[in-house]
Amino acid sequence: MKNRYQRGIRVALVLAGVGIAVALMLKAFDENILYFYTPRQVVAGEAPDGRRFRLGGLVTLGSIEREPGSLKVSFLVTDNHKTLPVEYEGVLPDLFRDGQGVIAHGTMNDKGVFVADEVLAKHDENYMPPEVAEALKEVHGENES
Amino acid sequence: MIPELGLFALVLTFCLALIQSFAGLAGAYWRKPEWLALVRPMASGQFVFAALSFGLLTWSFIVNDFSVEYVALNSNTELPFFYRIAAVWAAHEGSLLLWILTLSAWTLGVAWANKDMPIVFRARILGVLGLINCGFMLFVMATSNPFIRLLPAALEGRDLNPLLQDPALVIHPPILYAGYVGLAVAFAFAVGALIEGKVTSNWARWLRPWTLLAWAFLTVGVALGSWWAYYELGWGGWWFWDPVENASFMPWLMATALIHSLAVTEKRGLFKSWTVLLAICGFSLSLLGTFLVRSGVLISVHAFANDPARGLFILIFLGLCIGIALSLYAWRAPALGSGGGFKVLSRESFLLLNNLMLVVAAGLILIGTLYPLFIDALEMGKISVGPPYFNLVFLIPTLPMVLLLGVGMHSTWKRARWEMLWLRLKTPLSIAVPVALGISFAWGRPSVLTFVGVFAGVWVILSALSEVRQRQKMGRSFFALPRSIIGMLTAHIGLGLFVLGTTVTSVFSVEKDLALRAGDVVELAGYQIKLETLRDIEGPNFDAVEGVVTIRRDGEMVTTLYPQKRVYRVQTSPMTEAGIEAGWTRDLFVALGDDLGNGSWSLRIQFKPLVRFIWLGALVMAFGGLLSMSDPRYRKKRQAEAPAPELAEGAAP
Repeated sequence: MKNRYQRGIRVALVLAGVGIAVALMLKAFDENILYFYTPRQVVAGEAPDGRRFRLGGLVTLGSIEREPGSLKVSFLVTDNHKTLPVEYEGVLPDLFRDGQGVIAHGTMNDKGVFVADEVLAKHDENYMPPEVAEALKEVHGENES
Repeated sequence: MIPELGLFALVLTFCLALIQSFAGLAGAYWRKPEWLALVRPMASGQFVFAALSFGLLTWSFIVNDFSVEYVALNSNTELPFFYRIAAVWAAHEGSLLLWILTLSAWTLGVAWANKDMPIVFRARILGVLGLINCGFMLFVMATSNPFIRLLPAALEGRDLNPLLQDPALVIHPPILYAGYVGLAVAFAFAVGALIEGKVTSNWARWLRPWTLLAWAFLTVGVALGSWWAYYELGWGGWWFWDPVENASFMPWLMATALIHSLAVTEKRGLFKSWTVLLAICGFSLSLLGTFLVRSGVLISVHAFANDPARGLFILIFLGLCIGIALSLYAWRAPALGSGGGFKVLSRESFLLLNNLMLVVAAGLILIGTLYPLFIDALEMGKISVGPPYFNLVFLIPTLPMVLLLGVGMHSTWKRARWEMLWLRLKTPLSIAVPVALGISFAWGRPSVLTFVGVFAGVWVILSALSEVRQRQKMGRSFFALPRSIIGMLTAHIGLGLFVLGTTVTSVFSVEKDLALRAGDVVELAGYQIKLETLRDIEGPNFDAVEGVVTIRRDGEMVTTLYPQKRVYRVQTSPMTEAGIEAGWTRDLFVALGDDLGNGSWSLRIQFKPLVRFIWLGALVMAFGGLLSMSDPRYRKKRQAEAPAPELAEGAAP
């Protein structure tokens, strides 16, 4: 009788442990999923308010502006359909430049500016992030039809 | 002519591998001695021709033969000689050829080592290895031929990707591949055992050294990749949970589980079907990694081949390998059986927990890696899973595992005694707690996680040392211990160093992004860092702006660093070359960003305490693996079959 009781407690403890672990995991999973949106989707209001997401597109030619002597930089990201202003403070990746495909992580502020806390550009001249390439293709197809 | 010969050699290799698999598998099934006799010579021939094929591609690189498309795309006359050779495996086609050569080398090893292995069983293993290599050669010939000519020939090559022009990257792929491919040996052993329907302790004894070797390669390969990312990707992170990093890390976790589970199978005849399953999963994950990297489904620095045909081929190959192996497993595993029991407090229990937690960690990482792909395939949006998820789900199972490891190392088979354990653990415990408290508070930002992390690292190291001391007390010298035990303790000390380094670096690093002009001084973690000047310099195949940064501590000169911003001439791509002052206790890291105008530049400066322990720990782990592997026991003649579990109690742990 005592044995069965002990085993019951043990099973309950294990289940509780597993349950807590799973709950933590699901919470972490939910908090760390970043959705990807193009400027057009953001303008259409599809992006969530106040939640971080990934914005992808091309850096509009000639749009990069630096505040002299500081790390603040602003630029426009476009999917050739809609364009969105982006602000960032920090060191930019090596391949960040005009016309290059970029992905930025951050949130929209109330002025309609995307405030990035991370900017990624990939290490290859010809490389285009797959999401960006696809977004551009979609726009291109629609313009033709 | 040379490239055609290379392709011809590859076709020959394919034929030899095909004969090897048929002779091995069919010969073993129908018991034809004359077929079985063919297997070993075929393995040798396969290696010779694979090496020839690889050598001929290398030759095309050395002589700058730009009539070969692959050479024209990845090399250049200005490229230094050393990198011209490394360029052979710099892209998709050549790295697959390297994969094939590596598998041929492992096959050769399995064919001629293990002299006491029954000829039929060896034939089966070599048969399976041959089939795997055939699959990869078919892949190369059908979709990724590196010998294709470019007509008319290019006058000049497109140059090697500047990111790959680096000594660590020269050896990273061969070593990592040696590990990845080495898991194929465990896979072949598992399939062979399933065909025969039995797993013996000799089987585990033959497989252990191979798995240890593959695991050691994998450890060094992953560590090299991390080290390279640290200084070459430019920004001082050492692990990003990038899908491709995960692709190499999951097989490592599986291989780690496998070497522990094999110990139980060899010594106690337990966990048989579990060991076989791990061996299958380990290699399956390394194939999955190949699929993820090669198919372009992932967004990553490594994803260079966006060809759907390639992705499809590997997916089918992956499906076949896993499908066949798992069906065989479902059919035969129940027959493998297991015997003998053990108490809750015993070495078996600890190893079981180790396996459970490693597999859970690998599973959770797999979910985070594959989930975005599923969501994308279902057209439910494009998502990515961020590093905090991976950090958390990795720590949940592994932190308790490391804490338990300190105890598990001293436990004995079948049944351990608390008094025995306590005798060995009280000293490590009484030192590790104050040290962890001290380090947590020393920097003034104590947290539970810091304490646990530092404690875990110190605890494991001291616990391993305490085992040595206990044995010495019993009058045995350190060197009289079995080599496999010394190896085990060494590897665990390596793990302790790694845990310590990871914790301290993660918690106590200081990082600043700044805009500086020549002459500006900043203070970071007690160091005065001054950007003295900026100058233009010229390298063999690049131009660069170089910063001269002096670092002082209390007015005394520590070092001068020269971070660079390079532009490689052929591909006109910019590259950050960080300036790093490395030390046992801390790294100082300076990377040059962009010209901000007004004569100021952006800089990232970092203070990273104990960051070297991360890679040092990995190297020590790998060294421990190699020590274990060299234990003479593995080269002894075949032993009488598995002692009845009840009799094994007295056996050395």
